[in-house]
Amino acid sequence: MAKRIEANNISAYYGSFKAIDSISLTIEPKSVTALIGPSGCGKSTFLRSINRMHEVLPGAHVEGSLTIDGQNIYDRDVDVTAVRRMIGMVFQRPNPFPTMSIYDNVVAGLRLGGLRRKSALDDACEKALRSANLWNEVHTRLSRPGAGLSGGQQQRLCIARTIAVEPQVVLMDEPCSALDPISTLAIEDLITELKSEYTIVIVTHNMQQAARVSDRTAFFSIDKTGDPGRLIEFDDTTRIFTNPNEKKTEDYITGRFG
Amino acid sequence: MTTETLTRSASLKARRLPIWVPWAAGAVSAVIAYLVIYVGGQLRGGVAMTVVAAAMLFVIILGAVSFSVEGSRAARNRVFATAIYMACALAALPLVYLVKTLIDNGLDRFDAEFFTHSMRDITPFDGGGGAYHAMIGTLEQAGIATLITVPLGVGCAIYIVEYGKGRLVKTVQFFVDVMTGIPSIVAGLFILAFWVVIVSPVFNNGRPGYSGFAAALALSVLMLPTVTRSSEEMLRLVPIALREGAYALGIPKWKTILKIVLPTAGAGIVTGIMLAVARAAGETAPVILVAGGTDSINRNPFHGNQESLAAFVYDQARLATKFGAPRAWSAALTLVLLVLVLTIAAKLLARRSTLR
Repeated sequence: MAKRIEANNISAYYGSFKAIDSISLTIEPKSVTALIGPSGCGKSTFLRSINRMHEVLPGAHVEGSLTIDGQNIYDRDVDVTAVRRMIGMVFQRPNPFPTMSIYDNVVAGLRLGGLRRKSALDDACEKALRSANLWNEVHTRLSRPGAGLSGGQQQRLCIARTIAVEPQVVLMDEPCSALDPISTLAIEDLITELKSEYTIVIVTHNMQQAARVSDRTAFFSIDKTGDPGRLIEFDDTTRIFTNPNEKKTEDYITGRFG
Repeated sequence: MTTETLTRSASLKARRLPIWVPWAAGAVSAVIAYLVIYVGGQLRGGVAMTVVAAAMLFVIILGAVSFSVEGSRAARNRVFATAIYMACALAALPLVYLVKTLIDNGLDRFDAEFFTHSMRDITPFDGGGGAYHAMIGTLEQAGIATLITVPLGVGCAIYIVEYGKGRLVKTVQFFVDVMTGIPSIVAGLFILAFWVVIVSPVFNNGRPGYSGFAAALALSVLMLPTVTRSSEEMLRLVPIALREGAYALGIPKWKTILKIVLPTAGAGIVTGIMLAVARAAGETAPVILVAGGTDSINRNPFHGNQESLAAFVYDQARLATKFGAPRAWSAALTLVLLVLVLTIAAKLLARRSTLR
């Protein structure tokens, strides 16, 4: 189910501006990897280049290669929609489709991907909502608009929508930064549960969160504004937070910088 | 050197006029205006003049009272608030008066015969007759024009917002803006020269002919920029986050546009389309130019002269007999009601598709 991701010298550009410089790292299957670092250091850009979402922005492009179980997703003959079906993404702000009900939101990826059979959709909807710990709260009102839920519920709806298409990898771009502590806790619990089936990469500004949920942590940084972001250190989370190799990492996690 | 500072009083409370004062000021100014204009002097009355005078007096009296009790800031606030309300009422006044006039005059001939009969064999000296043929013409012409315009206009807007890059999209946008400014008579002349004179003989045994379809083409030329512009604005309002959310589910771009972006912008796009339809249904000049006008029922928009409600109003209002004007008013009322009903129906439809 879950897949290994290997990034080799990934550089990403916005027009002529280089946002990240030659990032290479390997993400193990069925693990949670946290990307931390100060604002503007390119962690979100790197995350978006894992499922080719970076190039959605006008003028943006990526150099280097990124392989998922040996297949380079940046090869010319790769189908972008297939890549994104394999690597799902949850965004910073919950973005349920406003014209759709809760049910329609969850099965949107399947239905628009061509699955039509009602019973299959029903099963997938229930399974995804249960995995996202949202079923008990919404199963009586599946036909209500998805945008009517609270912020935390909307974010879990977006997670359910993402895992309904059964991806191999789930990318999360600061999924809790717009949420209150209780909703954050719900999502962190969810991440720990999802780890048994999916490879998860999460960008977070919250270092305690990285320490709580992740197995491995990558620390990104920039030398100064305008320079591209670099990978400073990538190691087991416990090691990063207790005994990092790099001085910069230690400065950042102890609050001396950033 | 002395520095000036704001004078601040320790208390946060200030003297306020009692609630009844504005009402009293209104009553006083109304009475004074009435006395001056109706009773005293050379002015022999006039409702409009009294209202205008009362309004001006009200602003002056309220401002003065407020200034003496509450101070200058509160007085300015009251004067400008009053001015804004008056501007609002003034803007609504013509619309209210228009609707009132339309209903007053339009109800005379708003009868069953009007909706079931044409003007065939009815001379200017006969009563009776109706606008059935004109209603058919308006519905067919506006309907065909909508069928032509909506796919083209919305498609063009999708190209501009979702696919267009660089110079080409700028050029398209420029021409859409230029098209917005085309006078309707020019659109009519264009279709007359192009369709009626050059193309229609091909379908008509070599003879050029007027038709409702030609009118629909002229109306399309007028509707296209409106539909494109408004759809473009609405599509731009759809957050990028929704598109990204769909892409991240592995939904292809065209399906994202069709199933996520368009429904989200749906209600706004429908409003823009209805504005264009309303404008097209009321166009007179191009219809007279290229549909030719007729007194008889012609249900075939592709062959022979056709009437429209706007053209009917023009025809009847020109008649010098007492029978023309009532028919013209009723047709005008019908036209307004038709557009109103269509707009409400479209809005309900759009709302249904958004929220279940």
